[in-house]
Amino acid sequence: MIISGRTIYPGIVEGKALVTSMGISFFGGVDPETGEIVEKGHTLEGQCIAGKILVFPTGKGSTVGSYTLHRLKANGVSPAAIINQTCEPITAVGCIIAEIPCIDKIPLEAIPQGCYLKIDANKAIVEILG
Amino acid sequence: MHLTTEERAMLEGKSGKAVQKAMQILVALGTIYEADGMIPVSSVQVAGVSYDNLGDAGIQFLGDMLAGGASTHVLTTLNPAGMDIENWQTLGMAAEFAQKQMQVIDTFKRIGIIPTCTCTPYFCGNLPGYGQHIAWAESSAVCFANSVIGARTNREGGPGALAAALTGRTPCFGFHLIQNRKPGITFDIERPKSPETADTTHWFGALGKTIGQHIESMSDNPVPYIRGIESASIEGLKSLCASLATYGGCALFHMEGITPEAIQFSPPQVTIRISTEMVEAASDSMTDADSSDVDFVSLGCPHLSIREIARLAQLLNGQQVKKEFWITTSRQIKQLADQAGYRRVIEDSGAKIAADTCCVVAPIKGRFNAMATDSAKACFYARSKHRMKTMFRTFDEVVLEALKG
Repeated sequence: MIISGRTIYPGIVEGKALVTSMGISFFGGVDPETGEIVEKGHTLEGQCIAGKILVFPTGKGSTVGSYTLHRLKANGVSPAAIINQTCEPITAVGCIIAEIPCIDKIPLEAIPQGCYLKIDANKAIVEILG
Repeated sequence: MHLTTEERAMLEGKSGKAVQKAMQILVALGTIYEADGMIPVSSVQVAGVSYDNLGDAGIQFLGDMLAGGASTHVLTTLNPAGMDIENWQTLGMAAEFAQKQMQVIDTFKRIGIIPTCTCTPYFCGNLPGYGQHIAWAESSAVCFANSVIGARTNREGGPGALAAALTGRTPCFGFHLIQNRKPGITFDIERPKSPETADTTHWFGALGKTIGQHIESMSDNPVPYIRGIESASIEGLKSLCASLATYGGCALFHMEGITPEAIQFSPPQVTIRISTEMVEAASDSMTDADSSDVDFVSLGCPHLSIREIARLAQLLNGQQVKKEFWITTSRQIKQLADQAGYRRVIEDSGAKIAADTCCVVAPIKGRFNAMATDSAKACFYARSKHRMKTMFRTFDEVVLEALKG
């Protein structure tokens, strides 16, 4: 199945989807050294976002979160790509400075947890491979 | 989004890697907010300066931008840092923190940003004109620029403001467009009974919290039209802006007879009456500490003006403070205070002038139990960020608190 959205930052990658229906605050909510989600009570608490296609509705929290994405990338524990329902400036700017492919305007319910995805953010398409 | 030939060349990397990154940021923001194109800006205020907030990730990003040829194209000033650049040891900052903080400021300087290190750029050489398009970060200054000056800016984040500085542009949406500056709700303010209460930083701070919480609870975050205020000092408005931004995410308000754009609009039908009791309740809600709890006293959120420094010197003259007392202001105002003789009076009392920094961005968590202040904004951050109790009082009462045993 192929779903098209809107390009926030280009790039082509493949990987496993890590899906949540909750917003993510990269500043304070994700450990920049390990890529682990540390926000108390988050549906992904304890899970590692490194190398995953991180799928969440929208970002939240401090604007410093953009720098956290950059730090995750520098530490080799950033997500391979990000898919949002509605991308907001913190995540968008973070993806740009960290060079992480990002697409938004994707209905999240279409993406099953743990499925294998191909992202072509140059063309703003998400392909569910299985 | 429509881009000019020059903007497209920037996006393609023809002006270097840093400008390309900056243009990518601006295009993404413009795409998200559905801007038609870019608009030139004449002034930028960059936030995200304290190492406490920026961390090593921020230092790395700024270093990458500098290496990519970053250089400012318009007047660009800087938000407060995490410490006084000269006086950090007196304020008890760790040497490692100081070294990292200086690295941040040095990088900004090499990019061409003027290291004002203040949240009141309008007191320190970055004063835009009415109707001018600017790109400012620092929520209190954004509200001041839009409302009190009548300049036009959105609430920029750190990287967005930096991107505007490097390209001289920002995407044209939100408060850059006149139709989005129209008020959506009227607030009728009942003035306090005693004239001494009105037009203080304390009263305006409590009013800002009252109005801010109303706006925050409304889904469309309307621009407030405020009526019933006869006079407002610059210091009162500075306090109101900080409080409205903190508690209401408010970037623009109009005040009848006071702010320059108010006359263009008629008051919206939907009206909320703000009684003196409501403002008093907001004021009370910011105090959960009593005198015996207070071990830290602070004035200068936003940074003090020279008039406030003069008043402070008058109150402290010949007295000794009994509690740790920080006066936060810009280095420029500190120098003026020195020339005027106020600095000697203040420092002789035992109070400390902390320039370049403030109690919101300095790493003070865990150092103090409770803070006395006249700032509604400082109360919010003291509680949420530094886990301190707060005592919210008038400027003069805060000084008395420092003098008490």
